[in-house]
Amino acid sequence: MNIKDFIRKIEEEFEDLQPNSLEASDVLKDKFTWDSINALIFLAHVNVEYDVEITADELVQSETVEDLYNLVHSKYQIKA
Amino acid sequence: MAIFSVPDIRLAGISACVPEAEFHNKDYDWISEKERETLIKTIGVEKKRHAEKGTTTADLCYDASEELINQLGWDKKDIDLLLFVSQSRDYIIPATSGLLQHRLALPKSCMAMDVSLGCSGYIYGLSMIGSLMTTGKIKKGLLLTGDISTLNTSYKDKSAFPLFGDAGTATALEFQKGASSLHFNLQTDGGGYDAIIIPDGGIRNFADKDTSFDYEMISEGIHRNKFNIALDGIKVFNFSLREVKPNVNTLLGATDRSSESIDYFVFHQANKLMNETIRKQLKLPPEKVPYSLAEYGNTSSASIPLTMVTELKEALKGGSHSSCLSGFGVGLSWGSVILNTEKLVVPELLVHKK
Repeated sequence: MNIKDFIRKIEEEFEDLQPNSLEASDVLKDKFTWDSINALIFLAHVNVEYDVEITADELVQSETVEDLYNLVHSKYQIKA
Repeated sequence: MAIFSVPDIRLAGISACVPEAEFHNKDYDWISEKERETLIKTIGVEKKRHAEKGTTTADLCYDASEELINQLGWDKKDIDLLLFVSQSRDYIIPATSGLLQHRLALPKSCMAMDVSLGCSGYIYGLSMIGSLMTTGKIKKGLLLTGDISTLNTSYKDKSAFPLFGDAGTATALEFQKGASSLHFNLQTDGGGYDAIIIPDGGIRNFADKDTSFDYEMISEGIHRNKFNIALDGIKVFNFSLREVKPNVNTLLGATDRSSESIDYFVFHQANKLMNETIRKQLKLPPEKVPYSLAEYGNTSSASIPLTMVTELKEALKGGSHSSCLSGFGVGLSWGSVILNTEKLVVPELLVHKK
């Protein structure tokens, strides 16, 4: 996995987001409503896409898109 | 491992009953219109049924049972077993199953008991009733499952209120030599007991007038007291995404079945996002996975039989089908069954009028 694909897939997953609107350095809360429902949508997405499980605490600690990528990527690597 | 088969048990019929009053989530004014739209789309619950105060799960199960027994043409004298699976009993004591035995005018030779399980309750209930009947001493049994969850849910809790609906169901089983086996895989992880919990009112936290009733703000949009259902959405979500797929796959493996050979996969109706994720994990085509969620919400242990009644009635009444049923949630408790049905008696969905 790489961050470019990761971001593109998130843009597809969330209707609020336009294609090519998200950058690695973006703060999640600034880009869309980063609430509990969207958190669940994200959990479901990474589960199906990368077979990775993320806890609530880990999500809360992720501030930017890159943080999310690093979180998913680290778990993905352990699995692989 | 609790993987086992129960031979010589035939499913004879399934019926379900819901209260009359509907609640439409589009009218849920505790949250903004935009949030409401996202919520409805994500959880997949457009409306659900709410019981009036004073209507109990037993009332719904009673209606479902009467109609089912009537359509089956069963003699009540022959029913020797009644199992009531619910977490919304009529009284703290005694058990509700006894009240139902009496009200249904079942004989005193009938054994009756309550089992406290929710989302997994239908599968567990089938396993218990099947196991008790498989020796052939008990010829006919009734499994009653369901819950009234809306009474314990805080309107000001957006994480729980829009999800739950009320329903009660009845399933009739009979001993029949040579009937194809029911195959089970049942699991538990009590470490997650607090993922779905009503904290007060039991013996651990006895009802207290100073602390049980006060509404607390847990987070934005989530206010509840200690008699309300508290849901840890992410915990339940991760649990379900982690456990359901291997549970189903292990059962398929143990019974030497492929998912292609199963006609229907009926899952506990938790919420659309979770159920669809599980469906995709198991690579099941949408036409094999029916939903009653949009119309009736999450109805706890009633959700699987309710879905069979509302979505599969015609198919199940007709020919013979193999189904995999899977329930998962509160406990944490989960399990699946693979079974065959042939020409089930399935009455129209009943509506309970107070």
